[in-house]
Amino acid sequence: MKIIQCPYCGERPELEFSYGGEAHIARPEDPAALSDEEWADFLFMRKNTKGIYLERWMHAAGCRRWFNAVRDTVTYEFLAVYKVGEMPPDLDRGEG
Amino acid sequence: MARFSVFSLARNALSHHENWPRQWRSPEPKAEYDAIIVGGGGHGLATAYYLAKNHGLTNIAVLEKGWLGGGNTGRNTTIVRSNYLWDESAAMYEHALKLWEGLSQDLNYNIMFSQRGVMNLAHNLGDVRESKRRVYANRLNGVDAEWLEPQGVKAFCPIINISQTARYPVMGATLQRRAGVARHDAVAWGYARGADARGVDIIQQCEVTGILREGDQVTGVETTRGTIRAKKVGLVVAGHTSQLGQMAGLRLPVESHPLQALVSEPIKPIHPCVVMSNAVHVYVSQSDKGELVIGAGVDAFVGFGQRGSFHIIEGQMGALRELFPIFSRLRMMRSWGGIVDVCPDASALVSKTPVKGLYVNGGWGTGGFKATPGSGWTFAHTIANDEPHPINAPFNLERFVTGHLVDEHGAAAVAH
Amino acid sequence: MASSQSQPNRLATGGRIDRNQPCHFTFNGEPLEGFAGDSLASALLANNKHLVARSFKYHRPRGIMGAGVEEPNAMVQLGYGAHTIPNLKATEIELHDGLEAESVNCWPSVSFDVSSINGLFSKFFPAGFYYKTFMPSQFLWMKVFEPIIRKAAGWGKAPSEPDPDSYDHRHVHCDVMVVGGGPAGLAAAREAAKSGARVILADEQPEFGGSLLSLNRTVDGLSGADWVAREVQKLEAASEVRLLPRTTVFGYYHHNYLCAVERRHDRYDQGSSSADPQMRLWHIRAKMVVLATGAHERPLVFADNDRPGIMLASAAQSYVNRYGVAPGRRAVLFTNNDGAYEAALDLKAAGVEVAEIVDVRQEATGTLPKEALEAGIKVSSNSAITAVKGKSRVAGVTLHKLGGNGQSVSGEGRQVACDLILMSGGWSPVVHLFCHTQGKMAFDEAKACFVPAKPREATLWAGAVGGSFDLAGALVEGVAQGRTAALAAGFEPTDGDSPVIASEEPDLGSLEARWVVPTVEPIGRSKAKHFVDYQNDSTAADIRLAAREGFDNVEHMKRYTLSGFGTDQGKTGNINALAILSDAVDRAIAETGTTTFRPPYTPVPFGVMAGRELGDWLDPKRVTAIQDWHEAQGASFEDVGQWKRPWFFPKAGEDIHAAVARECAAVRDTVGLLDASTLGKIDIQGPDAAEFLNRIYTNAWLKLKVGSIRYGLMCHEDGMIFDDGTTARLGENHFLMTTTTGGAATVMDWLEEYLQTEWPDLKVYCTSVTEQWSTVAVAGPKARTVLERVCSDIDLAPEAFPFMTFRDGTVAGSPARVSRISFTGELSYEVSVPWSHGKALWEALYEAGEEFGITPYGTETMHVLRAEKGFIIVGQETDGTVTPQDLGMDWIVSKAKKDFIGKRSFSRADTVRLDRKQLVGLLTEDPGFVLPEGAQIVIDPNAPTPIPMLGHVTSSYWSPAMGRSIALALIKGGRARKGDRLFAPLEDRTQAVTIVDPVFIDPEGKRRDG
Repeated sequence: MKIIQCPYCGERPELEFSYGGEAHIARPEDPAALSDEEWADFLFMRKNTKGIYLERWMHAAGCRRWFNAVRDTVTYEFLAVYKVGEMPPDLDRGEG
Repeated sequence: MARFSVFSLARNALSHHENWPRQWRSPEPKAEYDAIIVGGGGHGLATAYYLAKNHGLTNIAVLEKGWLGGGNTGRNTTIVRSNYLWDESAAMYEHALKLWEGLSQDLNYNIMFSQRGVMNLAHNLGDVRESKRRVYANRLNGVDAEWLEPQGVKAFCPIINISQTARYPVMGATLQRRAGVARHDAVAWGYARGADARGVDIIQQCEVTGILREGDQVTGVETTRGTIRAKKVGLVVAGHTSQLGQMAGLRLPVESHPLQALVSEPIKPIHPCVVMSNAVHVYVSQSDKGELVIGAGVDAFVGFGQRGSFHIIEGQMGALRELFPIFSRLRMMRSWGGIVDVCPDASALVSKTPVKGLYVNGGWGTGGFKATPGSGWTFAHTIANDEPHPINAPFNLERFVTGHLVDEHGAAAVAH
Repeated sequence: MASSQSQPNRLATGGRIDRNQPCHFTFNGEPLEGFAGDSLASALLANNKHLVARSFKYHRPRGIMGAGVEEPNAMVQLGYGAHTIPNLKATEIELHDGLEAESVNCWPSVSFDVSSINGLFSKFFPAGFYYKTFMPSQFLWMKVFEPIIRKAAGWGKAPSEPDPDSYDHRHVHCDVMVVGGGPAGLAAAREAAKSGARVILADEQPEFGGSLLSLNRTVDGLSGADWVAREVQKLEAASEVRLLPRTTVFGYYHHNYLCAVERRHDRYDQGSSSADPQMRLWHIRAKMVVLATGAHERPLVFADNDRPGIMLASAAQSYVNRYGVAPGRRAVLFTNNDGAYEAALDLKAAGVEVAEIVDVRQEATGTLPKEALEAGIKVSSNSAITAVKGKSRVAGVTLHKLGGNGQSVSGEGRQVACDLILMSGGWSPVVHLFCHTQGKMAFDEAKACFVPAKPREATLWAGAVGGSFDLAGALVEGVAQGRTAALAAGFEPTDGDSPVIASEEPDLGSLEARWVVPTVEPIGRSKAKHFVDYQNDSTAADIRLAAREGFDNVEHMKRYTLSGFGTDQGKTGNINALAILSDAVDRAIAETGTTTFRPPYTPVPFGVMAGRELGDWLDPKRVTAIQDWHEAQGASFEDVGQWKRPWFFPKAGEDIHAAVARECAAVRDTVGLLDASTLGKIDIQGPDAAEFLNRIYTNAWLKLKVGSIRYGLMCHEDGMIFDDGTTARLGENHFLMTTTTGGAATVMDWLEEYLQTEWPDLKVYCTSVTEQWSTVAVAGPKARTVLERVCSDIDLAPEAFPFMTFRDGTVAGSPARVSRISFTGELSYEVSVPWSHGKALWEALYEAGEEFGITPYGTETMHVLRAEKGFIIVGQETDGTVTPQDLGMDWIVSKAKKDFIGKRSFSRADTVRLDRKQLVGLLTEDPGFVLPEGAQIVIDPNAPTPIPMLGHVTSSYWSPAMGRSIALALIKGGRARKGDRLFAPLEDRTQAVTIVDPVFIDPEGKRRDG
């Protein structure tokens, strides 16, 4: 069981969190203006990155706040967490 | 190909088994092939086998970055069944099941397909309704299916606990008698041997690092063992479908998750069939070696580490012990993880792509093993004819644009 | 005192057994005696029992090879009845009085096993033979061959009764976790503890000490055992230290999370309780981990190296020194290293004759070999055991000089009589836990073993696990790593420099790897077998065969030969197998691969993993405030999510059909009561609450009046319905949403997700209030009359209190909100009171209605009544593939709103198809026949398979109001098929049906006002 850093509550075990998939996929402002292909891209297409991935988590059994995380999907290591609406921090992996 | 039989075993025993040939060659990659299959798992090797056998296409290569069958083929719980709800899925899996039934003979390789019957348990009224719906649909689709009341469940699997005072009691089950389990490694090896004998080059330790295109036509692949050209490239890389797709500039509706499984120590035969319960997450059979083979759950997060979380396994053990009280003192001997590629509708992709000559086969989720022969068969058809077979036509990429999904998790509560 | 007759191999003195505590036990029914402190294995050896098991494939006689969890052979069935445990290793069972054990997988007995005939035909059973035969047809495979294979497979037997034991889980944090209580682990724990850090020390054995329990060593001027006792005493006294003996750390997971099983009792047949569980699963989160897991000795791979009486040199040493047992009378030691000579010396000192030491190396010049020579033991270097005499017990060996770089034998063989062979092929560090974390390992050529190189977690290691096989090294590293770990965890050892722990031991000298020992005939040609994986009968010849056939990757080889797939998971065999493969494919070991170890280190019982999450604790059971009443009335319950909901309330002699018919009639004719408390309730407040609902639901919400209620459908972005319910506007900026019972948590998540991630600009706050309110529906023509009797401050007249509005007031003495909502089509009030008033409300209503025969009804009746009205149930009429339009509910999909969740998807090619499945009603031609739910509907039941299906029956009931059966169905293009005659092919009949409107009664809605 991993430890996840909730930006609001601090370190908590993985069991308290739920997962929200890839981050920074904003719901389109005007869905009606999108083609079917563009809408399908929003609905279904994901980067599914092997390696450093920006993704959403929610502290479900805690503060219930959504936040973003930078995580390595191979090692499962959390490199950073940041709040909704913020941009991902620059990470110098060499120091990590 | 030297045929395997009891006679060949006896003959080779006389020469101390020193004259058995390689089951497949280890060739150097050629500069060009008619077609390249990326991925040496069960699906990729089956695709190569049927390309050669059904379509006479033998100048082909299977490229595997590691060792044959080292991905999900060798990591799953080996359940084979075809009792899916939707017509599209039933057609695919039933086609596969029919091939399974003659596969040992076709491949001349004993893949130990054991038709012990698979029960899918129902634990509440909603389960019962959905289970019966699936039974009725299966029958009309030519898939054998029965509904069992709790007493029937007990008769088919006497060690199961059908107490109606259980927290989630067994309210019945669907049964597919023709379903069962197979020896997973042998499937990869049997297809590899069959494909190799028909001239297919199987190249291990050869990782694809790029996909070559001229305009919208695929022209080959870059690999760790050099450039290999081909006008047709099939991607069959469960666990890395997105990554290979990305090399060709494709965005795919796929997410990859850790999935775990475990086995007990071998015990004398006690569990006669396969029991699956989605409601309480129990999937268990007993292998020919005597191990209880238990499927664990999927971790919710994207993960490529072939490791899952222990609490996923732990969380299922209560339900396992409730359903099978006599398993409590048995012991987990080994656990492992794989990577499953999952599409939003829990159905696969066996499809052409916007790139000419590039085909993709993936997204089988937790159900890929059972589809192996059908997947290879229809994917080979698609590659050979540049047109899908009617069976795999619904499993196209366009469905995510039109909305014509084959939604297996919304439907039957049997996504496993 | 045991007589020498009863324990012929028991030494007169020595060992850590308690000779004052004899233990009577039986093995295969034979009464035997040992002592407290024995393992089952040591007790068997004390009784000169070497043949204790049979192998998997050939059923070869097998003895005891090891002294710990590495044992591949000596598996037994422990105990009987509900307490039995299969496949325990005799080496890991603590002996106790009354113990009963049996050999497994042999018939009729371990000494005469019919299946050993397999051995005669072993030539025909090389690795993977079963892939090459048994396949004339699928029929014969299923009917003949597989049953034979299955019958032969498996080791012990599962219990036939449920487990009587209790288990539990504990979760702890610590600063330093030390795994392994040998010298390195004790030193590490001691140093870390000095700093004040919270330390946990776990060891799989019943007592700490590790190798010090089995070796003659001096530490700090004390005997090894006394030093251990002193250190343990100090640790026990330290307040921040937790000692966990009998505890196996079996898995090492992410973020220094370790799982361990503590066996809290010394026996398995005395029962246990939740207060005193049999085993405990520890979940340990450590800041730093020190692995001090030691090493396992490796066998040498020589001809017939599996005969009973052949054991690891270190195991023999353990039996002599720790258990006071001489495992034989006349021993031969076969080794490739100096260290094993000590075993020969120890045995000799204990009175065992050592006939000869056979060393594969060109010469043996270390101190230990010298000592052996001085002790008068014959040492033959550059020599090998080439044959073993004796099938069920070693009787002697044939020795040859080696030639050609040790790859062949030369000269004439020489016979030496013996009843015990000790073997040592070097050591394999127990890197399993390190491997679990996917740490990188390196192959140490000099020591011929894999050692940890680059950790992935905060992991340190000390002693043999890192290749330091000597005691001094273990102590130095233990001290250093214990201090490093404490420092890294934020604690400073207070005593300055690292102390040096003095110790005395012989010079362990060098080792020379020899992976396969040659014999006169080439490997694989003679009848003799060179075993690598003992349990699965995988031999050196099998590994070479695998390489020959193209299984030249280590994972392929393992899978093809089953090496490493036994219950010992290859603890003794894996490195030998890897090395033999490397040789066969002519690659260096490090290039050929490594061995992958996955959790668990040793097998873990399912029961302890389940812990206490059994029975009612498997999953929380949620009940309403009125549950007692329901139970007292004998209600039948159904599971809806975690909730228990009354399904129907049978009276004496009634089945479900009779009860539901009665309940339905009561609601339609007079009045009924439903406990609706389980419906999800979400309080939604904020200035943008209306706008928020407008985006979440498919219909319009901005203009809903305060005091009014509206029904809404929620879709996902893909346009598919996922929940429904009514929402009341309590104030300008205040709403109360209801959800389905099963969907409450999902909807709450959904609302919060959109508020936080998509529309953070909206000022809206959601609170789950499901369990704040008890809700009771009073439904039926007499509903108003009944309610009036318990509510005096609300004007219930229809004109004063219209449909789809609510009023606040007092009901049955409690503040209440009364809503005019109807899921039955009847006049209906839903009364909500604070949760704790629920039962009082229910009882008051019941009493008020008794005069009219007020009838409690359950979910089944609710379903029938709503189906008669054509109302949907999410999850029954929908399955994640159904849009509002499919259900004929276009009226609830706003055309005016620019956007809401799901809207964009309604215009996709597939959602605008005309032949989508649509909700319709079905009437059977046989009005008395109730279609099964899930039945498929077809045009032509006689069409060839696969028969095209138009859709399926979603709901189906006997309708008391209609006096006939009714059904709802989703049918392709269904609305255009009204009046069509279609068919439902069933098990025993094909039922003709007609498509009708899905509203069966009161389409004008006249009844809802009473």
